Amino acid sequence: MLSTLAIQALTGLASASSLFLVASGLSVIFGVTRVVNFAHGSLCMLGAYLGWSVLSRLPHDPASFAAGVVMASLGVALFGAALEATLLRRLYRAPALLQLLATFAVLLVMQDGVQHIWGPADLPLPRGVWLRSFVPLLGERFPFYDLILIAIGPLVLLALWMVMARTRFGVLLRAATENRDMLSALGVDERFLFTAVFALGAGLAGLGGALSLPENSANLGIDLRVVTDAFVVVVVGGMGSIAGAYLAAVLVGVMQAMGILLLPKASLVLVFVLMALVLVLRPQGVLGQKQTQENDGERFHRVRAAPPWQRIAGLAVVLLALAVGLAGGDFARSVLEEMAIAVLFAASLHVLLGPGGMISFGHAAWFGIGAYAVALTTSTLAAPLPLALLAGVLAAGAVAAIVGLVLVRLSGVSLAMLTLAFAQIAWAVATQWSEVTGGDDGILGIWPPSGLGARLFFLLCLCLSVGGVLLLRRALFAPFGYALRASRDAASRAAASGIDGAKLRLAAFALAGAAAGLAGGLSTFSKGSVFPGSLAIFRSVDALAMVLLGGVQSMVGPVVGALAYTGLFDTLLLASDYWRALLGITLLALILWRPQGLVK
Amino acid sequence: MSLFSAQNLTKSFGGVAAVRGVSLSVDAGEMVALIGPNGAGKSSCFAMLGGQIAPDRGAIGLDGQPLSGSPLDFARAGVARSFQIAKIFASMSVRENVQTALLAAHRRLWRFWRAADTQAMAEADTLLARVGLSTLAEQDAATLAYGDTKRLELAIALAARPRVLLLDEPTAGMARPERRAAMQLIASLAADGIAVLFTEHDMDAVFGFASRILVMDRGRLVAEGSPAEIAADPVVQAVYLGTPDGSQPRAAGLSAGA
Repeated sequence: MLSTLAIQALTGLASASSLFLVASGLSVIFGVTRVVNFAHGSLCMLGAYLGWSVLSRLPHDPASFAAGVVMASLGVALFGAALEATLLRRLYRAPALLQLLATFAVLLVMQDGVQHIWGPADLPLPRGVWLRSFVPLLGERFPFYDLILIAIGPLVLLALWMVMARTRFGVLLRAATENRDMLSALGVDERFLFTAVFALGAGLAGLGGALSLPENSANLGIDLRVVTDAFVVVVVGGMGSIAGAYLAAVLVGVMQAMGILLLPKASLVLVFVLMALVLVLRPQGVLGQKQTQENDGERFHRVRAAPPWQRIAGLAVVLLALAVGLAGGDFARSVLEEMAIAVLFAASLHVLLGPGGMISFGHAAWFGIGAYAVALTTSTLAAPLPLALLAGVLAAGAVAAIVGLVLVRLSGVSLAMLTLAFAQIAWAVATQWSEVTGGDDGILGIWPPSGLGARLFFLLCLCLSVGGVLLLRRALFAPFGYALRASRDAASRAAASGIDGAKLRLAAFALAGAAAGLAGGLSTFSKGSVFPGSLAIFRSVDALAMVLLGGVQSMVGPVVGALAYTGLFDTLLLASDYWRALLGITLLALILWRPQGLVK
Repeated sequence: MSLFSAQNLTKSFGGVAAVRGVSLSVDAGEMVALIGPNGAGKSSCFAMLGGQIAPDRGAIGLDGQPLSGSPLDFARAGVARSFQIAKIFASMSVRENVQTALLAAHRRLWRFWRAADTQAMAEADTLLARVGLSTLAEQDAATLAYGDTKRLELAIALAARPRVLLLDEPTAGMARPERRAAMQLIASLAADGIAVLFTEHDMDAVFGFASRILVMDRGRLVAEGSPAEIAADPVVQAVYLGTPDGSQPRAAGLSAGA
């Protein structure tokens, strides 16, 4: 047993190495440019595909393998440099939310691009004999290639450290990480440095992707899986710290490997528990610098109540929806229900993004938890509809409150990265815990009771959605919302006036989670089913796109954004095979040309 | 027993001793200035007195009770402060800034129903009148001139009805006539019985208004006394101008009150 554990730990170390390669690249790029590159997993995926193309044409000896891996890595580095020079450069001054969304848009475009070039099927690498060989270790057979991986992590760490300590490039890099103003004072060409750093980070990601080929095929799932793990590693290790990234990668890698052995059911949750533990003890990560909560010079606009014409227009829209829904057919009702639910979902995210000043990239988690709670209480407990909806609201709110206890201590991008990580874990649980959630098949046949009738349910859905939005609005214009905003505008001023920002943010987190849970619960009844897609990253990004489309600054923005998004983009996008790329390009266009949103 | 006091405050940042054993006290109605060259440790001292950072050693007391914890604890005990670079709530109107601070002081933040901008209006307007911002009550706070921003922050601090007011460079960035008005306003607050401690680079403001002056240099208190005593103190002159042979004075061995 002990040797099995040791072997499993070594396997964990091997996976830690590839994880570290990707995470170190992410960390280096963040340290210098302050951009969290969501597309970093996509660069890793590109490395895998490029590596596959090169390696499957080369002889299968170790020297050719090494050469092929390096070529793939250099290819990704070049691609990264081009990406930085054409797109990311324009984003350095943008708020963190827009940077994240823009790089997520790159992820979307790259996914369709890669699928277009290499096709949707997994591409396994034909492996030479040496790649399949084993060495005897502790009485067991251990893959020879894993030993190489174990060595590569510390070697790359050492190489990076040498570059940092001994070269002029490294000195500039450290200077940029610690004090950006110093760079221009030193007369350094910032543009070249940033491009070079991005190329370095991309090359590391590509290397990680190519090196993973012998054990995993090149496939289209790499991007999101890798970037989620890398986010956890970077935040747990400490933003911008390379040594911290290695430590955290080892921690996560070994934890995952051991978890599969000891608690196979809970291995996913284990990573989150680890993350929570580290961050409760050290919010800045294992080796990170302490971050201040103060907003980094972001300008906030005056928040005012909507003028009378907007209220009248809003009332008119609701009345119109009511008339069309009651008079129209099932299809019209289902579209209107979807719109109403989207409005509530977007408004709940706005509570966090706007007054809360918290970037959430995992809002789908609350939507999905609400949706599943409703489905489960209805199907297994036969709960009546009001109780089921209440269970959805409470479940989502309660989980949000518990998760929030850990997360609201974080600021800015760390919070964004870990909300995503949590949502991805929740999504993985929904897909894998099939005895309860039905896995990918979902839970079907959850219709409102037949006595209620389609029209009445539509009425209920509309009332609860609109009512939920109005309740959120009241809270934001009540003392609670003002205090929340005060803490966002000037955290230290608010604290000095006795405003407990952390507690308010936690309450906002739970409130937004509960509202999103209501949206999710309504959606289950509206569609009659729930699938893991309700907690997938795309659901979170839908909400972000809605809020962004309308504008974060006002309460009206997300409502208009949600209507425009579900009405227009949804329909157009889903009609195409390349909906990801189209959505990505739309997001990029929006961010570059209309960063304030449609309203305003 | 003084209203607000600190004993032996000490704070280091990564091996650099910013504040070394500072003891001070401020009484109700007093207006005490804390001065010293840049880097003397004034801001670190203020941050400890306001609860923003915890001292490595030393104690702070309010009305005989020990005071420690977060800025929230300090605020609730009756210590209010302003910041060197004035901080206000940028997404609100001038009046809403003060209303929010008043709601916090009244412990009425955890309300989710009634609109906040209709609450504590009269009280907010009284405070705005006191700092001279009545005419700007409806304006976006983010668009205020810097001097007005400082005044607004003072109103926010006063909303808590503080017993102790810590003001970090209250007249920085103001024009000369404006400064005088601001100092007179602060003096009137002290006259109302608030214990005021302030830092200031403008010596006219310090010597014209302070009832007592504390001088810091390199983390220590090197002198304390009335404006006249401080003006005549050779140690203070050395701190600001250097000793005749050009070397900086050694703070060690000089006791407070010299």
